[in-house]
Amino acid sequence: MTDPVDYRTDPSRYRHWQLTFDGPVATLHADFDEDGGLRPGYKLKLNSYDLGVDIELNDALNRIRFEHPEVGCVVITSNKERIFCSGANIFMLGLSSHAWKVNFCKFTNETRNGMEDSSRHDGLKFLAAINGACAGGGYELALACDEILLVDDRSSSVSLPEVPLLGVLPGTGGLTRVTDKRHVRHDLADIFCTTTEGVRGQRAKDWRLVDDIAKPAAFDDTVREHALALAAAGIPSTTTSGVELAPIERRAEADALHYSTLRIEMDRAARTATFVIGAPEGEQPTEPGAIEAAGADWYALRLARDLDDAILTMRTNELDLGTWILRTEGDANAVLAMDATLLAHRDHWFVRETIGFLRRSLQRLDVSSRSLFALIDEGSCFAGTLLELALACDRSYHLALPDEPDAAPTLVVGDANFELYPMVTGESRLERRFYHEQAALDAVRAAIGQPLDADASLELGLVTSNPDDLDWEDEVRIALEERVALSPDALTGMEANLRFNGRETMLSRIFGRLTAWQNWIFQRPNAVGEQGALKVYGSGDKARFDWDRV
Amino acid sequence: MSSIDYNEKIPNNVNLAEDRALKRALEHWQPNYLDWWQDMGPEESQDMEVYLRTAISVDKEGWAQFGHVRMPDYRWGIFLNPAKEDRKIHFGDHKGEDAWQSVPGEYRANLRRIIVTQGDTEPASVEQQRHLGLTAPSLYDLRNLFQVNVEEGRHLWAMVYLLHKYFGRDGREEGEALLERRSGEEDNPRILQAFNEKTPDWLAFYMFTYFTDRDGKYQLHALSESSFDPLARTTRFMLTEEAHHMFVGETGVSRVIERTCDVMNQLKTDDVATLRNAGVIDLPTIQRYLNFHFSVTVDLFGADESSNAAIYYSTGLKGRYAEGKRKDDHVLKNDSYPVLELRDGKLVEKQVPMLNALNEVLRDDYIREAASGVKRWNRVIEKAGLPFRLQVPHKGFHRKIGALAGTSIAPDGTVITEQQWEAKRDQWLPSAEDRAFVSSLMGRCVEPGKFANWIAPPALGINGQPVDFDYVRFN
Repeated sequence: MTDPVDYRTDPSRYRHWQLTFDGPVATLHADFDEDGGLRPGYKLKLNSYDLGVDIELNDALNRIRFEHPEVGCVVITSNKERIFCSGANIFMLGLSSHAWKVNFCKFTNETRNGMEDSSRHDGLKFLAAINGACAGGGYELALACDEILLVDDRSSSVSLPEVPLLGVLPGTGGLTRVTDKRHVRHDLADIFCTTTEGVRGQRAKDWRLVDDIAKPAAFDDTVREHALALAAAGIPSTTTSGVELAPIERRAEADALHYSTLRIEMDRAARTATFVIGAPEGEQPTEPGAIEAAGADWYALRLARDLDDAILTMRTNELDLGTWILRTEGDANAVLAMDATLLAHRDHWFVRETIGFLRRSLQRLDVSSRSLFALIDEGSCFAGTLLELALACDRSYHLALPDEPDAAPTLVVGDANFELYPMVTGESRLERRFYHEQAALDAVRAAIGQPLDADASLELGLVTSNPDDLDWEDEVRIALEERVALSPDALTGMEANLRFNGRETMLSRIFGRLTAWQNWIFQRPNAVGEQGALKVYGSGDKARFDWDRV
Repeated sequence: MSSIDYNEKIPNNVNLAEDRALKRALEHWQPNYLDWWQDMGPEESQDMEVYLRTAISVDKEGWAQFGHVRMPDYRWGIFLNPAKEDRKIHFGDHKGEDAWQSVPGEYRANLRRIIVTQGDTEPASVEQQRHLGLTAPSLYDLRNLFQVNVEEGRHLWAMVYLLHKYFGRDGREEGEALLERRSGEEDNPRILQAFNEKTPDWLAFYMFTYFTDRDGKYQLHALSESSFDPLARTTRFMLTEEAHHMFVGETGVSRVIERTCDVMNQLKTDDVATLRNAGVIDLPTIQRYLNFHFSVTVDLFGADESSNAAIYYSTGLKGRYAEGKRKDDHVLKNDSYPVLELRDGKLVEKQVPMLNALNEVLRDDYIREAASGVKRWNRVIEKAGLPFRLQVPHKGFHRKIGALAGTSIAPDGTVITEQQWEAKRDQWLPSAEDRAFVSSLMGRCVEPGKFANWIAPPALGINGQPVDFDYVRFN
């Protein structure tokens, strides 16, 4: 077995990105180390990337968000001559299993969506300063930025050559952002996406593929000008000192992972993993000064980071644990107190960024291809922010104790559930749950702050089932055993359909529509068969297609 | 509304007069080309009458017509080698099929890129050399410079013909862009970096025509094997002209060496300062120029492991040098080839699939031929009875492209540290001082039969004319 992937890193360990700061502008310089691939067998030539490169990018973005609140605009550019980024490394894709490719693309998507999330919610703007050839995933990264500047040196172009070169789609948002975000006319997009050499200069601007072009001599100044304008348009920050993101503490055992706010217990025979998330303990800071002083040690931020790392780690390294059981333990009031602090100071930069981190971590859960079951049982604290975990699940089971009403586990709805954590569809999980139906939502809103036992929560439609203590064990066991026996592929498709059941946004389309197509194409012999386009790329062999349209 | 008598003005064997689409393209392009020549062609040369060779047909009599012409009146023509009946593709996946008479849509982008990249080098070198006329060491050399320039211009025409004839609107746009880029202009550079470097003096010019034009020769040879028949025939004809350019380079360097050796023997010294005072270029400086031009040119062959190279070959766009004479299966799927890489501080050979190594194969072919000329230069030194010998540097020396890019390798192939390399830099590559010295020797010498002090006269004139012939007339 190969080494498990570790998503934790820090700038001192970067091999691919250089991060520099100048007032309100941070610059991410792509300079991917050819020999720094995460797995053997390929070289990251021409600034092509693999999962390892994106892990650093993800880390760098979080460092900017938290350690540099003074930054209002992030410039993404390249330190390589005449190459901005040539996209995902094709040889890596050729060597990778289907699961690896999908996981890689998903994480890549999440990172790019996270940039747009920060732009939309937290006023952190992004500028792609394309100073050389920009192809495939390189252009998709640029597309995730608020603005795209292209050097007009008569050779640098933007391109999405996936279809003509590789027989696959520009699958990390390329097609969708070209249409939904940049409104490139569909026939021009058709030419663009079937042309290997891409489009450069004025035409790229005319077609809306980039926002502006600049000659090489004027490029740096133009970038700076645009970056400062973007930074000024964002949320102004007077803060200059950030919060250092200390390493995430994680202890691994053979069948368990321990974080400071949660633990994961793996039952390999049952093919389940149980996430147990804890409530804050002890005195918690409630004022901005004290919260900032707590820094990365603040429970809310620890929870966001732990949960994020746990999801990524389990998704990448434990493929066959197909069902995740979510449990909580601790004092619900402590959770609600934390929520009160989050809501009271949501405009403070650090609190806002922490909410953002929690929001994105929860969004990761929505798109994880695992069955998610919440168990609301004794000692649990599914309140407010932690209730969001249950609301994200495919099913939730709430233990009823008719004979001991005082000891009955309860859940508590909070304002946080309505306000703080929209899904990528822009709606809350409650709105998603009730299809925006006013009556159901009003009833839930009326119950804000009240501990709801199993009957009450079932009545409001907040849980799937309310077995009593006599039925609980068998009902839960059977439900899980039944679940883990089903086809994992069918479940992934079904769950994604049901979780994203109403409103669509560009982001949900990227995940749903686009990745579904992409993952179909990734499986087809025309891409990955012995003579498939992806397999033979670079060998000099020509792809052989089965010409039947399916 | 055509104002051009095509067959007279533009000698051709492509039936230009009858080809409406091509005429339309050229009517627009030709005036722009002439403007470009006025702006970027040889400086202050517009009124000179130059004893030039003009191709007016591809047969024995026609391809080299000599006479005095003003360069703006030079008849840039369009010539393809005659078609071979039933030509078959002779390598790659399409081997055995009929050669293509038009561009397969599937390969449009790659073919266009190959043609544009090749085409871009032609005007680039004219731009690089445009100031040299002001410091020519003789009328004979001035004429050779201009001959090279007009023929590079014609090679641009050849590539533009292909773009216009076979690539529609895209091709016309690329044709325009070839006239719009400018060598060395930061905002608007030529495609390949070597063609954005200056050619500051005549020694650099000779080195360039010997080494870098020879890269052109190898590229053209590889393209002359192409399955796209018009490209193969066009490049084949270009090669007949390219030979002269390398002759200019080889004899130019050789004459510089000869003159230096003369003075060394006269003064009985190899002291650099003494020789420089005597107004000749010392042999170590020539070696440094050689090192520079050789290494920069070797980079032009591209990365040593290249998926493009594999694709170009397998799809039949670009063959190997002398593909037709090689004895193998011409498909190369199961073959391998050694490339160099630096492992644990040592240069080691690594076997890679032959198809991916085709840039390296072409580079190695090139190096063999380039080295043979250096041997001939050494014979001049040997004949003069001097012990100095010029060396061809190791192919890993001073590389900026490929697996060895950024490594520190001495000209003899020893792997050293970056610090050691930097310390020796000025011993291995022309220093600012070297360039300043060479440039101080450059002054115009244009009396028929006279030669600048730092270069020996050639053994023979051009086209049987005497060495003191008035190759260029100033008006």
